[in-house]
Amino acid sequence: MTQNGLGAAEQPAREPAIELENLSFSYRPNEPVLAIQQWAVAAGETVFLKGPSGSGKSTLLGLIGGILTPDSGHIRVLGEDLASLGRGARDRFRAQHLGFIFQMFNLLPYLSLLENITLPCRFSRQRAGRAGEPGPEARARKLLEQLGLDPAIAARPVTELSVGQQQRVAAARALIGEPELLVADEPTSALDADSRTQFVELLLAQSKAAGSAVLFVSHDASLAPLFDRAEALTDLNSIGPSS
Amino acid sequence: MSAPSLAASLAFKSLGNRRGTALLTLLSITISVALLIGVNQVRQEARSSFTNTLSGADLIVGARSGSINLLLYSIFRIGNPTGAVSWDSYQKISSRSDVAWTFPISLGDSHRGYRVMGTDENYFTFYRYGGGRGLELADGALFANDGDAVIGAEVAAKLGYEVGTSIVVSHGIGAGSFAEHDDNPFRVAGILERTGTPVDQTVHVTLAGIEIMHGAEVEGADHDQSGEGGEGHAEATIEPEIITAFVVGMKSRAALFGLQRIINDYRREPLSAIIPGVALTELWGLVSTAETALLVVSGFVVVAGLLGLLTTLLTSMNERRREMAVLRSVGAGPGMIFSLLICEAAILAFLAAVAGVAIVHLGLLLSRDLVLEAFGIALTPRLPGMFDLLVVGAVTLAAMLIALVPAWRGYRNSLADGLTVRI
Repeated sequence: MTQNGLGAAEQPAREPAIELENLSFSYRPNEPVLAIQQWAVAAGETVFLKGPSGSGKSTLLGLIGGILTPDSGHIRVLGEDLASLGRGARDRFRAQHLGFIFQMFNLLPYLSLLENITLPCRFSRQRAGRAGEPGPEARARKLLEQLGLDPAIAARPVTELSVGQQQRVAAARALIGEPELLVADEPTSALDADSRTQFVELLLAQSKAAGSAVLFVSHDASLAPLFDRAEALTDLNSIGPSS
Repeated sequence: MSAPSLAASLAFKSLGNRRGTALLTLLSITISVALLIGVNQVRQEARSSFTNTLSGADLIVGARSGSINLLLYSIFRIGNPTGAVSWDSYQKISSRSDVAWTFPISLGDSHRGYRVMGTDENYFTFYRYGGGRGLELADGALFANDGDAVIGAEVAAKLGYEVGTSIVVSHGIGAGSFAEHDDNPFRVAGILERTGTPVDQTVHVTLAGIEIMHGAEVEGADHDQSGEGGEGHAEATIEPEIITAFVVGMKSRAALFGLQRIINDYRREPLSAIIPGVALTELWGLVSTAETALLVVSGFVVVAGLLGLLTTLLTSMNERRREMAVLRSVGAGPGMIFSLLICEAAILAFLAAVAGVAIVHLGLLLSRDLVLEAFGIALTPRLPGMFDLLVVGAVTLAAMLIALVPAWRGYRNSLADGLTVRI
């Protein structure tokens, strides 16, 4: 990926966001579901990954999130070999460096909207620190605004939000504290076509501002042009969909 | 924020969100705890009420019988006397040099459901209750004439009697008695202050008054206390031939067991002398089985309440898998999920147990006057004690133990589901 001259000159070389090497994983012995030779996402890069169900998508996200550990091979996130970290350390690593957006039901019904957004800051001091002054709540309001939501919405219970609003709040949560890597798992599948593009554009603008790399998994190929790079998981995974 | 306090704050909010089911669960535990605390409280109140009824007395003497029986009929007016003590024996024992004081108790009659007790001035002087308090007059005076009656506070309140009211005593006990001694009515001379003991429900009359009342009948010998050798009634100083029992105060406690043995071996008639404290202990031994059974049953009710909590937590586990996945994605470890569920159970159980304790104690406090009025039992207001603390602690701990089941399931689910948000 090409950097503009200014950025390349002033920024120290950053570790790639994701590096996979001879990765293989199976839930049951001798039934591998995922095998990837070589794959990487550069720092700050935005990647569209087309992944139909059954392609090993959930497994890959679990591995990148440090919830699962590979049978063999390496998975490095921000230069850190996740397999070498203990389980607690992987949980802390995820809290500190990763942001997740899911397909739906991203929000905890018993927390207020702002509490939902600032949740990662309660799990990681560094995330809270990077949310800047005067604090995570102010940052959360700012993010709401930048994602095209009226900050007055913060007073409403999250259960009263529309799906589109919920997904933007989820994006704000993933973005708060500027994580180096943002992972989105079909976040637009519950949105209508018009708001999909708008949502992705807003998300990408904010992740660019935060300097976060984005791994966006979706089966909606129409969104692919918005990203630096587009790939299909079926091409990467040498194990075909359940054959 | 530290992990435990984060889990606790999430648990609070999560419970608040599921207010409906959480409150129902809480209520069922609260009721079960209140039952357990209530049973224990009533047990304690009953004991202290019994213990408070008579103090300072060293021996109770009556016709030969079991000690619990003698204690119950002579002091608590429960059950009926099994026999009598001759006036002669009473005089002999009360004039002993090691005896400080005695007062007689003569039972067998009633007034509109309240027991009538024949006694003398010593009773008002030496009767002690509630750890040393003596009887006080609220109104009027003690016995001046043979026909005087001194009534307990409840008798006065319930029947609306005042000093000067004329009352008729019936033979036997029970409200609708048969033979009314209406030719010899008594006059209320005094009303006692409320004591919270059976004294409140007693009509006290003179021994001579009882004799005069029965005077016409003694020859008929239909009175269960009339002796065999009825010699008619004395004229000048009317003395009874028999009394039901009497209470003894010793000059020195050292002689107590000696006198008890002498009375129990008394040649002239078969008598029993009992030490009130010892008899009470025997009584507790007798009722403790029932008490334990009640406590065990209420304990099981608490267990049922806790099982309700388990059901609530377990049924919520499936719908909460999404919540767990979201928490995992922002950095919660499976351990956090585990402690979140334990916290929820602990919070619910703790609040419920505290509410249960509070309900019982507040209830007893508020119903004090009512209970005293209705049952003549003085509830002593007391702060929640060791038992209550123990129950709150045990219920909370048990809830946490029970929550290990859903917590373990949540832990396993969150490992298996990972970041997959299941719908």
